[in-house]
Amino acid sequence: MALPTYTAWNYRIWHYTYLTICGLVFFFLIAPLFIILPLSFNAEQYIHFSSGMLALDPDAFSLRWYEDMIYGTKNPWGLAAKNSIIIAFFATIGSTILGTVAALGLSSRHMPYKAAFMALLISPMIVPLIISGTAIFFFMAKVGLAATHTGIILAHIILGTPFVVITVTATLTGFDHSVTRAAASLGSNPVNTFMKITLPLILPGVISGALFAFVTSFDEVVVVLFLAGLENTTIPIQMWVGLREQLSPTIMAVATCLIIMSTLILVSAELLRRRSERLRGINR
Amino acid sequence: MSTEKILSSDGLPLEVSLKKAERKNKLKAVMLVGPLFLFLIITYVFPIGDMLFRSVDDRMITKMLPNTFTSLEKWEGKDLPEEPVYAAIHEDLAYLKKTKTYGKIIARLNYEKGGFSSLIKKTVRKIEKFEENDYKSQFIKTDKKWEDIDYFIALKNAAPNWSYAKYLKGVDLKFDQDGNIVQQAEDRRIHKILWLRTLKVAFWVTIFCFILAYPISYLLATLPMKYSNLLMICVLLPFWTSLLVRTSSWMVLLQQQGPINDLIVWLGLAANDARPELMYNVIGTFVAMTQILLPFMVLPLYSVMKTISPSLMRAGKSLGGTPFVAFRQIYFPLTVPGIGAGSLLVFILAIGYYITPALVGGASGSLISNTIAYHMKSSLDWSFAAALGTMLLVGVLTIYWIYNKLVGIDNIKLG
Repeated sequence: MALPTYTAWNYRIWHYTYLTICGLVFFFLIAPLFIILPLSFNAEQYIHFSSGMLALDPDAFSLRWYEDMIYGTKNPWGLAAKNSIIIAFFATIGSTILGTVAALGLSSRHMPYKAAFMALLISPMIVPLIISGTAIFFFMAKVGLAATHTGIILAHIILGTPFVVITVTATLTGFDHSVTRAAASLGSNPVNTFMKITLPLILPGVISGALFAFVTSFDEVVVVLFLAGLENTTIPIQMWVGLREQLSPTIMAVATCLIIMSTLILVSAELLRRRSERLRGINR
Repeated sequence: MSTEKILSSDGLPLEVSLKKAERKNKLKAVMLVGPLFLFLIITYVFPIGDMLFRSVDDRMITKMLPNTFTSLEKWEGKDLPEEPVYAAIHEDLAYLKKTKTYGKIIARLNYEKGGFSSLIKKTVRKIEKFEENDYKSQFIKTDKKWEDIDYFIALKNAAPNWSYAKYLKGVDLKFDQDGNIVQQAEDRRIHKILWLRTLKVAFWVTIFCFILAYPISYLLATLPMKYSNLLMICVLLPFWTSLLVRTSSWMVLLQQQGPINDLIVWLGLAANDARPELMYNVIGTFVAMTQILLPFMVLPLYSVMKTISPSLMRAGKSLGGTPFVAFRQIYFPLTVPGIGAGSLLVFILAIGYYITPALVGGASGSLISNTIAYHMKSSLDWSFAAALGTMLLVGVLTIYWIYNKLVGIDNIKLG
């Protein structure tokens, strides 16, 4: 974006104003996340920058809230983390399998009423969570799955599949179907073709869909609020409960861990996307 | 000249064979979509339909007072009912007292006419002492209200199995005793304000997101890859971060002793003891929701802008347009599909937002979703929650339909 030397001064001013505006917007997007990191290392019990922290005094920083998060006597984070991981794990597997298989069907040019099916399969992403939560709660209560892990996992499969369907269908556009025909003409059965030819090619899309499903489940709070009993508490539920009472430094510590996790997921998703584009021969 | 039919290898005419193969392929595709489709029908579409049904289902009251409603069927509503009606009411109430389930009908009847609550409670308390026969005088002796014909009219009004009363309540209307639709009492008109506020917040959040997203999307789309990839992280990291984490960071920033208020005091815009209230009102909802939903505007805009060739702008300028004219007449119209996609997505998400308004919105910043949650979890008026939910759902699905027509759902892009 370097300006040519002949640029008139008024355009120069406009250009730098524009860059400043962009800088401010990026700051607005990213800065709120970074405010949490230093506060989680606060030695005091209050959520603000103490004078010691501003002077970078090492005594003003401590790991006590991380210790509290892990070893605290009455802290529910251990159980919550266990539940969150179990639920997200099974929900991810369920959504990924159902979503990938459905995306294969949707991408076939023989699929009738494609748009209508797509609209229905994507709808859990569009419908407000509070409505999905209400409806799913009534249903799970009716079939006796309220306040069970199974019920929550099923609910998260519903919410996660649209992401898998979208990412896998996106990967399948531009998929060269002649390779599967070639495999079939060489005597491979459909399952074998899928496992050996199609899956490796669409794998980046499948994995990034799975990442979306995982994050959706791991981060989901509205539906779980309706469905969960005391035994099924999850990390988002505990954060929600904590935030409603008061901002505690322990929550900042948990939030920091979650930010680190999302950074890792972001990096893997980006790498996968690039790999997928390379595999499909898309150059940007 | 004879036309010979072309046969395929298995002896069938080619046309038939082709159709057969096509049908097989179609079936294969449907079979692949089938499992997810059935799963969603059972666990998602059916429950939403069930919720819709629940919002108009009013059979609870007729099930709990079966004899009363059968006897009231013959009553014309002109004079006070005769002995059999009172006897039927006695039978129903005595049974409800025995099973201790009369609590449920009190709220429902009181909704039909105020005063029913105390009337039923008082009658139920004394019902065991009632002697057989001549119930009418005993009822009237217990409470004068049993002599008031209005209560019987209200009772009869509660009889239909289906009612859209909850929907009327959702827009601050109600049935009066003659069955006409009238406005709620002044102090109970709260839902219209809520709907308007929800629409207002969703509208302005969409506008703010657009204003903030347009310049940075343009920058991301025009910068060389290595810089734009780095800046893209600023958009994608919040996108991948837990909603609760982002909301809690806004709670830290906006609290009274928080950094933003510190800055305001430091700049001398407010006195230290008169720090402005930035959270627990509609300001908090606006700011936090704009930041949280911004990536959903940037990503569609970026993907559209990426496809616009920079030579178009150069051509515009070389033909004598100022950069501003070239932007307005060439670039901007080309980005309209992206603006449409992003705006509809942000609007749809904003209109049903629950978590953020609940945490930073306070009473004046809460939206319709928060009211639905309140009726689900606290007031336990599930059919009203279902009615509000259905109204919201219809609105969202309408926008979804428009989105589908304009953008096409296959074009939703993630990251």
